[in-house]
Amino acid sequence: MTGAIIVLIVIVLGVIGWIMARARATRLQAEVGRLATNSRPNQHGWYVALWTVLPALVFLAVWANVMPGLVTGTVMGNPAAQALPADDFSRGAILAEARAIASGAQAGAFNPQSETLVEPFRDAINRYSAIGTVLAAILAFAGGAYAFSRVKPAFTARTRVERMVMWALLLASLIAIITTAGIVASLIFESWRFFAMVNPLDFLFGLKWSPQSAALGYGNEDAFGAVPLFWGTIFIGAIIAMIVAIPLGLMSAVYLTQYASPNVRRWMKPILEVLAGVPTVVYGYFAALTVAPALRNFAASVGIPGASSESALAAGLVMGVMIIPFVSSMADDSIAAVPQSMRDGSLAMGATTSETIRRVLIPAALPGVVGGVLLAVSRAIGETMIVVMAAGLAANLTLNPFASVTTVTTQMVQLLTGDQEFDSAKTLAAFALGLVLFVVTLLLNIVALRVVKKYREAYE
Amino acid sequence: MSSQALPGLEAHAMASRAPTDWTSDAMRHRIARRYAAERRFKFMGLLAILISAGFLAFLLVTMAANGLRGFTRTEIALPIDFQRAAIFIDPQALKMGNPDQVLAGANLPAAIDKAAQDAFGPEGARLISASAVRSVRNAIVADPTILTRKVTIEVPASEGIDVAAKGKGSEADEANVARLRQAGVLSSGFNLPFLTASDGTDPTVVGIWGALKGSLLTMGITLLLSFPIGVFAALYLEEYAPRNRWTDLIEVSINNLAAVPSIIFGLLGLAIFLNMMNLPRSAPLVGGLTLALMTMPVIVIAGRNAIKAVPPSIRDAALGIGASPVQVVFHHVLPLALPGILTGTIIGMARALGETAPLLMIGMRAFVASPPGGITDPATVLPVQIFLWSDEVGRGFVEKTSAAIIILLLFLLTMNSIAIYLRNKFEKKW
Repeated sequence: MTGAIIVLIVIVLGVIGWIMARARATRLQAEVGRLATNSRPNQHGWYVALWTVLPALVFLAVWANVMPGLVTGTVMGNPAAQALPADDFSRGAILAEARAIASGAQAGAFNPQSETLVEPFRDAINRYSAIGTVLAAILAFAGGAYAFSRVKPAFTARTRVERMVMWALLLASLIAIITTAGIVASLIFESWRFFAMVNPLDFLFGLKWSPQSAALGYGNEDAFGAVPLFWGTIFIGAIIAMIVAIPLGLMSAVYLTQYASPNVRRWMKPILEVLAGVPTVVYGYFAALTVAPALRNFAASVGIPGASSESALAAGLVMGVMIIPFVSSMADDSIAAVPQSMRDGSLAMGATTSETIRRVLIPAALPGVVGGVLLAVSRAIGETMIVVMAAGLAANLTLNPFASVTTVTTQMVQLLTGDQEFDSAKTLAAFALGLVLFVVTLLLNIVALRVVKKYREAYE
Repeated sequence: MSSQALPGLEAHAMASRAPTDWTSDAMRHRIARRYAAERRFKFMGLLAILISAGFLAFLLVTMAANGLRGFTRTEIALPIDFQRAAIFIDPQALKMGNPDQVLAGANLPAAIDKAAQDAFGPEGARLISASAVRSVRNAIVADPTILTRKVTIEVPASEGIDVAAKGKGSEADEANVARLRQAGVLSSGFNLPFLTASDGTDPTVVGIWGALKGSLLTMGITLLLSFPIGVFAALYLEEYAPRNRWTDLIEVSINNLAAVPSIIFGLLGLAIFLNMMNLPRSAPLVGGLTLALMTMPVIVIAGRNAIKAVPPSIRDAALGIGASPVQVVFHHVLPLALPGILTGTIIGMARALGETAPLLMIGMRAFVASPPGGITDPATVLPVQIFLWSDEVGRGFVEKTSAAIIILLLFLLTMNSIAIYLRNKFEKKW
C-alpha cells in the first residue's frame, strides 16, 4: 500500500512541476514576446513534469525488485539468523514466513523460529522503504529542478517532449509484438518440457487419452494420445456447428441483403448480432440445462444407443447458433463486394432474384464465403465454455452425435483446474494442446485471409 | 442491307428460333415453376432469420423464466421465545463487546431448531434454512430487548421449501408448503441478499456482490491498461509508422492476436504472470492483465478505423498553420476520432466482461466467500461465478445461476446501448 502512496506523491510532484513551469514560461513569454519563444508554456510544463515523474518511477520500479534482496541480506546479518537451519529449503520457508508476518500478510507464525525474525524483518523493511521513499523524492526534486532551471524562452521543450511522446507511442505498439512473442515462447517452452517426457508422435497420433492414469503412476505411454480430442474438436466445431451455422448464416445474409425491406434489415441485423454478443458461459449453461436433456430424451425415445446427457450434438448445435452472425456478416460483406454490374446483367437477362443469387452472386462471392467459413471454424475450435459445460469429459472416438465427446479446450481446462495436484506431465500437456490449437487457428486464419484478399483483388 | 446480302443466314435463324410463345401451356408452367422456386428461396431466407432470432428469444425466455424466481425468496415467520430457549446471552456483553463474538458462543442454531420444531412439528428444523441463524442474529443485534420476550422473526426457508413454494419442488416439500401456507407463516419477498452477499454453500443466501465487485476491479485494471496502450498503438500505426518490416510485423501481430482463442491468453497469463512473475493467483490484478492483452487488439483495430475516418484535410489544415505532427494528432485527430475509439473500447470491454475461459486458467475458480478488498485479493468474476454455480447440484442453484446470467446480460446490454448511443450521437459523416 505504501508503494501506491509513494507513486501518488511522485505524480503530485509532477503536477506541481507542470503548474510551476507553465506559470514561469507564461511570464517569460509575456516579457520577451510570443515570437521570441520556441515552445508553448504547456510544453515547458510537460517537460518539467516528465523530468519529475519518469526518473523517480523508474527508480521505484528498480527498487521494488532490489529491496527484497537487501532486506534478506540485512536480516541474515542479524544474530538471530545465525540459528537458522543450514539447508536452503527450510531456511527459505522460515524467512518467507517471517517476511509475510512482518509485512502484515500473515497473522501468526507456524514455525517458532520465524517469530524471532519478525522484528529484524520489520526493521529492515521499514528502513529500506524509507530509504527508497527518500531517494525517489530526491530524484523527483532533482529532476524537476534541473528541468525547471532550463525553462528559457529559447529552450526547445517542444522538440524534447514530442520525442518522448513518439517513444511512448512506439512502445505501446510494440506491446502487441511482445504479447505474441510471449504466447509463442511460453507455449513452445512448456511444450518442449512436455515432449521431453512424452514422445511427440505418441501425442499427435495416439488413440488413448487418459491423463488420470499417468498421474496415478501407470506411466506416460498410452496416456497422452490426443487423437480422440482432435476428433471431438473437429466433430463439434468443424462439422456439427458448421452444419448449423453455414445454411442459417448464409441464408440470413442473402435474405437481409437481397430481399428484406430497409426497415426489416435495420431491426434484424442488430438482433442477429446480439447472438454474437451473448457470453459463451451463458450459451454453455443453456446447452447443458435445456438443449442436452432434450436431445437425450429424444435419442432415448427414438432408441439411439449411447445417448448421454452431455452430447456432441448439444454443444455443436449451440455453438453453431453462436457462429451464425459471424458467417452471416462475412457472407454479407462478400456478397456486397460482387460488382453491381454482374447482378444487373443477370436480372436483365430475365433471371429471377433467386436465380441471380444462386447462379451469379454466390458463385462470385464463394471465395469470400469460404474464407469466412474458415474463420468461423477457427473461432469454433477455440471456443471453450460451451464445450466445457455441455460436451463432457469422456475421450471417445465416435461418430454418434448423441454420445459424449471431449475437445482440446475442455481438456485444457480440465488439466489445469482439476482437483488433482499440479503433476508435471499433466499440466504441461495443457500447454502442448494449447500449442496445437494456436498453430491450427493461426494457419486457418492465414489461409482464410489469403483467400479473401485474393478474391477482393479479382474485382478491384 | 446486310440481311439482304445474307438471306440464307437469316432464314436459318428464323427457322431455328421461332418467336417464344409466352402464352403456351409449357411456358406458363415453366414460369410458374420458376416463380415458385423464387418464393421458396425467399421463404427459406426468412426462415433462417426467424430460426436464429427464435433461438435468441428462446434462450432469453428460458433464462428469464428460471432467473426471475431467483430474485425472490421465501421466508417463514418463525416464533421464538428467547426466555424459554436454552441460550445464554448477557445483554450487557452484547452492548459492550463484539456482538458477533458473543452470539457465536450462544448456540443460537440449536435454539432456532428447537423453536422450529415447537412451531412446525418434529420436521420443523428442516423447513428453515441453515442460514436462518444470520437473520436471528441480525434481529438480536438490532434490538437486544427481544431476548426477554417471545418474538416472531422472518427467516429464509430451506432450499427445498423455497423451490417448492415457487412451484418446482418435490411432493413432500409441496405438502409442507401447503401446510405452512395454511398456517399463514409463509411469505415471499425481494431477495435483497442476492445483490449484497457473496458465494456460499447454501443457495438460499448466496449472492453475487462478491463476483460483481471482482468483475468491476478486473474491468478497471483492463480498461486502465488496454485503453491507453490501444489508443497509442493505433495512433502510431495510423499516423506516424514508417512503411517497413517492423510496422508490418506489428500489424500482423495485432491482427493475429485478435483471432487467437481466448483460452490461449489464459495459458499466457498462467505461464508469465503466475509462474514467472509470481503474482497472486486468482487476483483481479492478474485477471485484468490477461484480459487487457486480449482487449488491446480490439481497441487498436477499432481505433485505427476511427482515425482513418478523420479526413486528411483536417491534418493538412493544422500542419499548414504550423502545428507539429504531435499537435496535429493530439489537438485535432484524436478528439475527432474519440467517439469511434470509445465505441470500440466499450465493445471490447463488454467482450472482456463476459469472458470466462482465460480466467479459469489463472485460477479464478476458487470458492471465494467474501468480496475482494483489493486488486491482489482472491476474487471471482460474474461469468466464472455463473460457471461455478452451474456445476452445483442443489436445485436452488438453477434459479440463482439464471438470475446471475440476467444480471450479466443487463450489464452487457447497458454497455452496448451506450456504445450504440455514442456512435449515433457523435459519429460524423465527412
